[in-house]
Amino acid sequence: MEQSPILLFFRRMFRRKLVLVACIVLFVIVLMALLAPWVAPYEPTAIRVIRRLKPPNELNWLGTDEFGRDILSRIIYGARASLGIGFAVVMVSMTVGTLFGLLAGYFRPLDGAVMRVVDALMALPDILLAIFLVAVLGASAFNVVLALSIVYTPRVIRVVRASTLVIRELPFVEAARALGVSARRILSVHILLNVASPVLVQATFIFAYAVLAEAGLSFLGAGVPPELPTWGTMIASGQQYADDAFWVVLFPGLAIVLAALSLQIVGDGLRDMLDPKLRKAL
Amino acid sequence: MISPPLLAIDDLEVRFRTEEGESTPVRGVTLSVAAGETVALVGESGSGKSVTSLAVMGLLPRPAGRVARGRILFRRRSEQIVDLAAMPSSEMRKLRGSEIAMIFQEPMTSLNPVLSIGEQIAESVRQHMGLGRAGAVKRAVEMLDLVEIPDARRRVDEYPHQMSGGMRQRVMIALAMSCNPSLLIADEPTTALDVTIQAQILALIDRLRREVGMGVLFITHNLGVVAEVADRVTVMYAGQVVESSPVKDLFRSPRHPYTSALLNCLPARAKRGADGRRMVQSIPGTVGNVGEGCAFAPRCAHSIEMCRTSSVALEADGERSARCLRWREILA
Amino acid sequence: MWLTLGRRIGGLLIVMFLVAAMVFFLTRLAPGDPAALMLGDQATAEDIAHLRQVYGLDKPILVQFVLWLKEIATGNLGQSIFLQRPVTQAIAERAEPTFFLALFSVSIAALVGIPAGIVSAVWRGRVVDQIVSGLAMLAANIPSFWLGLIFIQFFAVRLGWFPVAGYGDPGAPFVERIAHLALPATVLGIVNSALIIRFTRASMLDVLSDDYIRTARSKGISEIRVVLRHAFGNALVPIITVVGLTAALLVGGAIVTETVFGLPGIGNLVVSAVLRRDYPVIQGALIVVAGIYVLINLLIDIIYTFVDPRVRY
Repeated sequence: MEQSPILLFFRRMFRRKLVLVACIVLFVIVLMALLAPWVAPYEPTAIRVIRRLKPPNELNWLGTDEFGRDILSRIIYGARASLGIGFAVVMVSMTVGTLFGLLAGYFRPLDGAVMRVVDALMALPDILLAIFLVAVLGASAFNVVLALSIVYTPRVIRVVRASTLVIRELPFVEAARALGVSARRILSVHILLNVASPVLVQATFIFAYAVLAEAGLSFLGAGVPPELPTWGTMIASGQQYADDAFWVVLFPGLAIVLAALSLQIVGDGLRDMLDPKLRKAL
Repeated sequence: MISPPLLAIDDLEVRFRTEEGESTPVRGVTLSVAAGETVALVGESGSGKSVTSLAVMGLLPRPAGRVARGRILFRRRSEQIVDLAAMPSSEMRKLRGSEIAMIFQEPMTSLNPVLSIGEQIAESVRQHMGLGRAGAVKRAVEMLDLVEIPDARRRVDEYPHQMSGGMRQRVMIALAMSCNPSLLIADEPTTALDVTIQAQILALIDRLRREVGMGVLFITHNLGVVAEVADRVTVMYAGQVVESSPVKDLFRSPRHPYTSALLNCLPARAKRGADGRRMVQSIPGTVGNVGEGCAFAPRCAHSIEMCRTSSVALEADGERSARCLRWREILA
Repeated sequence: MWLTLGRRIGGLLIVMFLVAAMVFFLTRLAPGDPAALMLGDQATAEDIAHLRQVYGLDKPILVQFVLWLKEIATGNLGQSIFLQRPVTQAIAERAEPTFFLALFSVSIAALVGIPAGIVSAVWRGRVVDQIVSGLAMLAANIPSFWLGLIFIQFFAVRLGWFPVAGYGDPGAPFVERIAHLALPATVLGIVNSALIIRFTRASMLDVLSDDYIRTARSKGISEIRVVLRHAFGNALVPIITVVGLTAALLVGGAIVTETVFGLPGIGNLVVSAVLRRDYPVIQGALIVVAGIYVLINLLIDIIYTFVDPRVRY
């Protein structure tokens, strides 16, 4: 019986139950972030000094922080900033990285120059490059996105370039070239469609890295301003109370792990599904 | 008095578990190899000939593959007869590389690229002959001499990538022969080589067989090679033996239609066309799903209704046997 | 071989030049006049103008870049604005904790990651593999600073097995240093083992299906020998690469962990320099970290020649 391609996609994708679970977890996190005002039990900034540093209880399921603010509500609102920044980084680095990757892979003379710059950017550890960029650009959510995009674009360039180098030698591209199809059209139609799947896989990984890196930057005080609740700033400001009120640090961290882990599992699932060699070996 | 054969495979069935379910690449294979003789195991790829040889070696891929039925009887140097199919893997390991050795199809990739060829031969020798490091290296040099590699003393320290394909296959043979095996399994040993090198390697294996008196199970899809090296031939199709016969009889009067078809594919046998050129034949169709009747029936020009419905047994007749209901009629 | 090595060195020099250029020009994007920053709030306009002249800040930017390049090529990374000492000296003072932290972390990561990856590959698809792969996946997605905080809470504050933070008194015996490094190195070891596990597993799986593994098995040698001598020997090149790169990236990438554990290393130096806008220190640290990365890469290339005879000849 003939199956629709979409159905087949989902059947392959969810052959491993873990991938399905991760997708559901991600979906719930994203939904909570979008619907934060309706989902969160309290205002994330509502200060109640008499209820400060309360352990998890029936009123505050995940306890309260040093200002008596509800941690669950702050985690839900924090997801907006953390995931929002991560998503923005993915969009920027995917767009820029795909463009330069295609150019480097297709036009030989550009290749050397682009790849040297990629090498230079990758000679610095992610977090060091990010903190340097934030330092010179100034600490703001926008600049964190910019800095992390610069950090992760080289990865996309590498992936796209490698795929382009393979695809440009395939018979159908040669045929298109022989027929006089313009380079722009070959790149935008023939090659772009074929590098889409490795880029998609890379995007989920970068999403996870960006969530982790944003938390690290915020923790160091070189990320978003501390007033904005993100999972990183929550851990940073809760750090000094950790001895007496462990939950202040524990739960935001768990949120980071859960989000990053789900993204990674989904990325792995996508890759296993899209890579025919791996699919057979499964 | 006739001594029992060196190797006697009896009704061997091998099953593989895969994603798509269970498959049976070898379905009841029976064949034997006597000491000092070369038996060719012939068939197209997927016929189960390589899986049969891996089952003898105890090297079926784990945990997917297993021997589901049958026995693989092997006469050890001590004259003791053992069933390789039922042997614990630790015992099997002692036989492997010492009493039973194997050479493979791809000389380019069958040697470990990061170890010198001396180390690779010496490893086997130290494992089975209990020699020390120096003794093993000396043995390795002797073995390279035996397989006619010039300047063995120097080449023993070289790495596989420094050698040609023919040289590497000689090294593989040296490796296999290093512990004086009584049975050598050669899985398409010349397929990947140039024709001139092919002949040299065949001559080398044949010379060693005569000198040492070992049995050789020679796996190939090439009937031309079979004519040169084999004493007896077993033809496999879709996991079953379809014909077994001394080599001369097989070439003179094949009994199974599949064997005849294979022989007709040989360039030297091809019929001349109208323009006087030889026409290389091919067997139409492909191996289909194996059902109840004769597996070759769907491609066979002589098949009748009964071929497809009733199971066909291997019919023995003196030294020869064939798995065909109609071989007498066809021959006549 | 010498030719490829020479070509590699040339490429690495270009990378270093690009890092230097990036560091220099991006710093100039930063808001604020470096001279004014150096002198603080009370500075007069003349003071600032004078300092600009002293540091050559009044010259065209390309000239400044060339002069600066000359300086760093001779090993002079400039003067820290806040620390009253040369940047090289500031970095050298902070090198020890960073060096040992990186060394211990990568050792733990490799000692955990390589055996785990091998086991995972050999028993691919079995329960062990699923557990190891799952743990690796988890480890890769734990923020190191958070794991550090949890470890501090549990092992230092609650159980009191290790010091909470810091690097001990200056001049304390090395044993005390090890106690201070144990927790941060374990945290980084766990987090970084993830990549090593995945790499080892993938390269072992790749190698285990090669033809010479079947040849090795046909010799009747033990399966342990097949895996460790024949398979691992061939999987070594990618594994060395990932371990080396992990080490290289730990030198400047342990910033967050150093901060959590209050280790006075290079990462800590960078963070305080960022918060105080001490640009010469930031620039200098970046150059040094990139330089170490490049050198370790070269070292990896040289190690290849010992591991793989095909590279040697």
